[in-house]
Amino acid sequence: MFSHIRTIWLTFLHLFKRHVTIQYPEEKIKLRPRWRGRIVLTKDPDGGERCVGCYLCAVACPVDCIALQATEDENGRRYPEFFRINFSRCIFCGYCEDACPTYAIQLIPDFEMAEYNRQNLVFEKEDLLINSQGKYPGYNFYKVAGMNAGVKEKGEGENEDAPVDIHSLMP
Amino acid sequence: MTILIDNKSYTVKAGKNLLEACLTLGLDLPYFCWHPAMGSVGACRQCAVKVFKDENDTKGRLVMSCMETVTEGLRLSIEDKTAKAFREQVIEWLMTNHPHDCPVCDEGGACHLQDMTVMTGHDYRRYNFKKRTYTNQYLGPLINHEMNRCIQCYRCVRYYRDYAGGDDLNVFAAHNHVYFGREKDGVLQSPFSGNLSEVCPTGVFTDKTLKEHYTRKWDLTMAPSVCNHCSVGCNTIAAERYGELRCMLNRYNGDVNGYFLCDRGRFGYEFVNSENRIKQALIRNRTNEAATEDEIMEHLQPLISVNKLVGIGSPRASLESNFALMQLVGKENFYQGISEDEAHLNRLVVEMLFSGCVHSASLKDIEQADAVLVMGEDIWNTAPMLALAVRQAVVKTAASQASQEIKIPVWLDSAIKELTQEEKGFLATLTVTTSPVDDIATHSWHAAPDDLARLGFAIASYLQPGKINNTNFSEELLNRAKTIGDALKKAKNPVVITGISCYNDNVIKAAFDVAVALSTSDRKTGFCCVMTECNSMGLAMMEAPSFSVANENIKTNGHATAVILENDIYKHVTSNLADEFFNSCDHVIALDALHNATTEKAQVLLPAATFADGDGTLVNNEGRAQRFFQVIPNTTSQVQESWRWLRKLQSLKLHTLNGHALHPDDLLREMEIALPQFKDIASVSLKHDFTIHGEKIPRAPHRYSGRTAILANKNVSEPKPFNDEDSPLSFTMEGYKGTPPSGVVPFFWSPGWNSVQSVNKYQDETNGALRGGNPGLLLFKEKIDNKDLFFNDVPESFVAAKDRWLLLPKLDALGSGELSSYSAALKTLSPQPFAIMSPGSLLALEAKEGDMLQIMDAGIVYGSLPVKADENLCDGVVLVTAGLRESIGMSWGARVQIGK
Repeated sequence: MFSHIRTIWLTFLHLFKRHVTIQYPEEKIKLRPRWRGRIVLTKDPDGGERCVGCYLCAVACPVDCIALQATEDENGRRYPEFFRINFSRCIFCGYCEDACPTYAIQLIPDFEMAEYNRQNLVFEKEDLLINSQGKYPGYNFYKVAGMNAGVKEKGEGENEDAPVDIHSLMP
Repeated sequence: MTILIDNKSYTVKAGKNLLEACLTLGLDLPYFCWHPAMGSVGACRQCAVKVFKDENDTKGRLVMSCMETVTEGLRLSIEDKTAKAFREQVIEWLMTNHPHDCPVCDEGGACHLQDMTVMTGHDYRRYNFKKRTYTNQYLGPLINHEMNRCIQCYRCVRYYRDYAGGDDLNVFAAHNHVYFGREKDGVLQSPFSGNLSEVCPTGVFTDKTLKEHYTRKWDLTMAPSVCNHCSVGCNTIAAERYGELRCMLNRYNGDVNGYFLCDRGRFGYEFVNSENRIKQALIRNRTNEAATEDEIMEHLQPLISVNKLVGIGSPRASLESNFALMQLVGKENFYQGISEDEAHLNRLVVEMLFSGCVHSASLKDIEQADAVLVMGEDIWNTAPMLALAVRQAVVKTAASQASQEIKIPVWLDSAIKELTQEEKGFLATLTVTTSPVDDIATHSWHAAPDDLARLGFAIASYLQPGKINNTNFSEELLNRAKTIGDALKKAKNPVVITGISCYNDNVIKAAFDVAVALSTSDRKTGFCCVMTECNSMGLAMMEAPSFSVANENIKTNGHATAVILENDIYKHVTSNLADEFFNSCDHVIALDALHNATTEKAQVLLPAATFADGDGTLVNNEGRAQRFFQVIPNTTSQVQESWRWLRKLQSLKLHTLNGHALHPDDLLREMEIALPQFKDIASVSLKHDFTIHGEKIPRAPHRYSGRTAILANKNVSEPKPFNDEDSPLSFTMEGYKGTPPSGVVPFFWSPGWNSVQSVNKYQDETNGALRGGNPGLLLFKEKIDNKDLFFNDVPESFVAAKDRWLLLPKLDALGSGELSSYSAALKTLSPQPFAIMSPGSLLALEAKEGDMLQIMDAGIVYGSLPVKADENLCDGVVLVTAGLRESIGMSWGARVQIGK
């Protein structure tokens, strides 16, 4: 008997507490920038695709829901020929973002992805690619890499010496 | 010999160095410049260990483990603090200039430098200065160059120059600026350049054809395979992704190819993905030619059951397929799909090896030979890996003599090189014209095949006087025979290599006689005969008549349906013979993987599997049967192994068998009964239902990615993985995780060893056999006391006729190969067809170099070819490029007419 009265009393007290529930979808939830939601592919400061098709996201993915194929443009710049994420399998663990050496793949604060048809949860590159640098502005992988992929000449990258003159005997 | 490593006692083999000993024991010790096939130079300082004087020595001294021999009771420490710090330091130095390239580097994920960096524990760059950069070079369509990634281990030049004998890759500049490349941009000249991608511990040299459709090693579905592009039968790993063949890697086999492949083998795979592939069954001469399997069966039912069938086998189809065809058409109607001349030579070789008089030499035997005689075969171009093995024999003979003289271990590479200088073991090349192998030959002589045979018989007669009746040899020939004979006599393990590309049985007979004459109780002599295709030996062992006989029979009897198995008849025989055959056939059913002139003639065309999308067994020129496994899962297309198609056709005929539940090992078991010469052939590989603890062996590495996304664009519900009922391998990453049995190793990987260097974890010892024995089943057994077979037919000396020229094939190391010529990268390196004649012959024809010549034989004109002059070629012989994509079947070995 006492426990029933206690329960009613406690419930009554909740009338005077702050609301936790929000009136979604009229009212939107505030999410932090690093909230792990929908996955996007970003672009570098120069507008080029950041993804270099290194397959590290795919291999890091615990549910194996990322498949891609790397290809190259005429300058030797790598980019994905196709990039597919099966969101019906994705667990939003963020390992792909951790693994990405170029800040290309990022999880953004968006979770509104529900679909009636599971097939619609298969996202291709055109669905994933956004025209933004996302959370990490200013990084262009090809400027710090050694390769010349049409972004910078050999020796003109950050922290690089000019190419060696192999005919020189100077120390 | 007992040594103590970190206070634990181990037994190791004497004569090895500490690094080899540690790796053999399964201990992890990082290294760069050492390579099992090339020995030690102590350049990278990466394999440092601490060696202690005795148990009281606590200080010890750092040594490079690859430079120190094991001694009894030696104490060493891998885990010692100083040694570990030293190794980490060395990596840190190497990494100061290593670019931030891993994500875009093709080596990543299979990189020795990555593995070793992780192994030593170096993880943070403390060096605050700029990185050194280099410009790259264009090295041709096979190899990509990215010099920034170099760690100066010198493996590339040691391999390319010292091991493979190339001279256009070198090291330039000085001190910390050394540069590995060519003098200027250009295609790498060696036909063994592809191995640079496996030899280089980083991503300086990578496979350029893989770049076209790049996939990381962890994403590849891999299966043990056997090279299809010559008769040597090198072991390969075929690798697939998204239903396409992506690359070929070397699969170590201590008895065959060891650590290396030739470029034809490594880059010849692209034909599998080529647009010329037959993927759809066709019934020709109707509105809709494409046919489903049911339609095909319905269409063929009356043809198969009523008509007389004639089967044309193929030297490039598997044993299973050839046997299935033989079962379908009956033994009396089964023919080899090659010319009578070639079939005759193949029969001769089989007879020789079956006699057991000589030991059939493996590539390993050839590498270890101390004297080599090459008779009549241009091995550099017909079987490149054989030429590489011969080079090792020549170099190693000198090395082992030197090491015995002053007690230097053979693996101490630079010291041995310093000591031997230009010294070489004995190699005599007796060929029709010059070959790059001549550069290392002690004795080379170029003459017409008959004269080569005469010299061979003269050598045999010198070695065993009295056995050869004919003594009508010229003084010069006898002197030559004496020089070569004396050198061969001194050897303990001589090898005689010959081949059928002279289209002259006397050459082979003479070579065989030399081998027999050399075989004594204290001298182990090897005999090796190069054949034309990957299964030429297997087909020859089936002892069927040649295509010419088939043509005669069909002409006289008429009314027959020809079933042609993976064979472009127009490449094997002259076009008029082939036309005649097709005209006398009522129907032609062809099975093949690529469209060609023969498949054009077929009324019914069935898509056959290549080595990549089917299972089968090939017999190499040594008589080693080797199994290859399917790597491309076949879920939708009609492509299936020829033997499966043929079995289905057979079930149409007999109404009893249904071909579905038949496995390749069942076929081989039937073959054992039907053809007793293939005794034990079913044991060539494990049974199809073999499992370990109930688990199959996975073709994909454990970190295979994209499983739930690869096919999601078609259907988000994942299909069941493709089930392989024909082999102990599965098409997934699930399955047995330990070391698989040696014959079914789909890839080399070991924890911490992602690169090909992990092969050391699969070997009994460094350079030794794979654990559980090297795969392959030898079909020829040497019979020690049997020395009966001996040939005595010395031909007359070759006389150049005035208006007739002896027509012989000239193969090309990269361009030749019926299948490999459909690989884009190799095609760009393939020469255009041409003819070669001696300046004397050209003079007789009143032609000059570059002129177009017409070659004619018995009324057929082979078309015009530009002619090149070769002063080493004797008069009266004409060489014509063979095996190129444009090449057609010619009457090799015949005397042909030449017109302008």
